[in-house]
Amino acid sequence: MTTRLYIANDSAADSVGAEAVAGAVNAELEARGLDVELVRTGSRGLYYLEPMIEVDWGSGRHAFGPVASHEVPALFDAGFHEGGEHALGLGLTEDIPYLAKQQRLTLARNGLTDPLSLDAYREHGGLNGLATAVAASPQDIVDAVRESGLRGRGGAAFPTGIKWQTVLDQTDEEKYIVCNADEGDSGTFADRMLMEGDPFCLLEGMTIAGIAVGAETGYIYLRSEYPDAHETLNQAIDIARTDGWLGNDIMGSGHRFDIEVRLGAGAYICGEETALLDSLEGKRGMVRFKPPLPAIAGLFAKPTVINNVITLASVPVILARGAAWYQDFGQGRSRGTITLQLAGNLKQPGLVEIAFGVTLREILEDFGGGSASGRPLRAVQLGGPLGAYVAADQFDTEMDYEELAKLGAMLGHGGIVAFDDTVDMSAQARFAMEFCAIESCGKCTPCRIGSTRGVEVIDRIRAGTDVSANLSLLTDLCETMEQGSLCAMGGLTPAPVMSALKRFPEDFASDLLPVSLVDHE
Amino acid sequence: MASVSVERLQELIEEHAHREGALLPLLHAIQSEWSYIPAEVVPPITRALKISRAEIQGVISFYHDFREQAPAGHRIAICRAESCQAVGARELEQQLTSRLGVGPGATTSDGRITVDPIYCFGNCACSPAVRINDQLHGRVTSERLDELLDSLV
Ligand SMILES: Cc1cc2nc3c(=O)[nH]c(=O)nc-3n(C[C@H](O)[C@H](O)[C@H](O)COP(=O)(O)O)c2cc1C
Ligand code: SF4
Repeated sequence: MTTRLYIANDSAADSVGAEAVAGAVNAELEARGLDVELVRTGSRGLYYLEPMIEVDWGSGRHAFGPVASHEVPALFDAGFHEGGEHALGLGLTEDIPYLAKQQRLTLARNGLTDPLSLDAYREHGGLNGLATAVAASPQDIVDAVRESGLRGRGGAAFPTGIKWQTVLDQTDEEKYIVCNADEGDSGTFADRMLMEGDPFCLLEGMTIAGIAVGAETGYIYLRSEYPDAHETLNQAIDIARTDGWLGNDIMGSGHRFDIEVRLGAGAYICGEETALLDSLEGKRGMVRFKPPLPAIAGLFAKPTVINNVITLASVPVILARGAAWYQDFGQGRSRGTITLQLAGNLKQPGLVEIAFGVTLREILEDFGGGSASGRPLRAVQLGGPLGAYVAADQFDTEMDYEELAKLGAMLGHGGIVAFDDTVDMSAQARFAMEFCAIESCGKCTPCRIGSTRGVEVIDRIRAGTDVSANLSLLTDLCETMEQGSLCAMGGLTPAPVMSALKRFPEDFASDLLPVSLVDHE
Repeated sequence: MASVSVERLQELIEEHAHREGALLPLLHAIQSEWSYIPAEVVPPITRALKISRAEIQGVISFYHDFREQAPAGHRIAICRAESCQAVGARELEQQLTSRLGVGPGATTSDGRITVDPIYCFGNCACSPAVRINDQLHGRVTSERLDELLDSLV
């Protein structure tokens, strides 16, 4: 066989030099006149090893990384493309513990294939789910999704099958599938990685959703910070249409479904599903009152399935392998896999897809490798900017929806941001309030005004002014925000603030924290 | 300031006006054409989309992306969100501010560089992230930031 080299064509890999490495590889191939093919793939998600080169000279893929472009000639000198050894060698990619210990169901193809090669997509199991779906009844598809136990991966963890059933049950002619690709949480990048690395998987999932509920139009609402994903998705849509599994007659079944990508415009709140729908309609992204549920009156007041990228991208494998197979992974009411995104101060940041039930400690230590700085990890924010901070004595918690809820924490979209012991938790609490003030849609006073007050109050505490009185004020303010906000922006901003205060009081005031306040939450 | 070609504006309006929820795609198209949303585009949009001026203005001001003034020739953003904070982004921002004399949301006094306040590029596994014009840079150290800034001078 021809020897193949693989390098990720992923925006994060590129941010650390993958494009330059690919350029250096091409230059060497030319200069040395080698008959070696360079394939650009998505990222495996082993970001701490990016830029990574994988080599297959006939005995599986061997990884080398992280590679700097100036090291490329030395790799060729060592004959790394034909089994030669080099200090950057990591052995077989599949045997790297970080990857070997994962269960890649949804992101199974990421990093293996050229994202825009349909042949490669099919070779690796793509379109089997859609083939099952076109032969099934809508109710059968919805039943399979319900039985799989899949819950929304965007944040709220609502059972996907139940949402789809509601939309299927509506008699309207027109319905919509909307993919929430706004991925605004810091510490998250799974949606991006999938859209850049395996875009057909998302398109296939949306098409199955369309057939299931009787919708003919799908929108992907993509954050504008993801220009590469935008480009890749648009190309993938064209390819799928040309191939006949998107458009007027899906796989010859008579079903119609088409997809368009729409760009957001830099507003975190547009990740909230009803604000997103308003934004898609061309308006300001204001959160709507519920009811009506989007499933009954969503986009342009039509029944609408709105799901996260990872939720939709999990559907093809569920249809292809069966609900029972999928729900065999996980525990309790958390079935299947979670896509955790390891970020912040970790030695080995990256994407970990694994069955629910893994402990936070395993994630931070076995996968994350501890802190990047070498200092002790002190705090971890779970589930994005609206998620609680947990402290080291909580790291043995099992990662599933219910176990985390017991801690007052949530999984959200799976973001895990670690901080070492240099973190100032009162600064983190301040940031949570500041972010809410910047990103609030403005509909509710506690969220809009309360967050600005929150910043001021925390500033006074940090300055040592009337600490005790201001701490009570902060607690009251958080309670008001929790109770008086329409959506989780205002409603959950108190989670990072109060968890920081409760778990790390010494960062707010060195000695005089009233015990009653600590026990408050 | 770029002057708006009426013909080009009409083309963009015709291209987008028939679409569902046309306003955002149209504003994006306008901004990528002129690098900001010039005030004179509003009345023609009002007519084409049959929505009020106040509504259009409301949309432009709601979204952080839409600019009502032309930006500088170079744009730079250091991610301000948690993952990057955990590995020194606040310090990078201070370094940037002291070097350029302006912080996020402002343009340098010579009008050459605009600093954008951005919260998360989804590059969190390669934090801290810095975007210069359209190129994203990951794992940026203090020395690297200096080099990147040098390249703009
Ligand atoms: C402030 C806020 C921001 C949100 N941002 C996102 C987001 O970026 N992506 C996402 O999928 N869901 C986000 N959500 C959750 C959505 O409202 C909604 O639950 C989700 O799109 C439903 O899809 P799922 O059931 O597949 O998770 C956000 C919610 C809130 C309150
Ligand atoms: S809580 Fe905040 S973001 Fe949510 S609807 Fe109210 S004002 Fe808008």
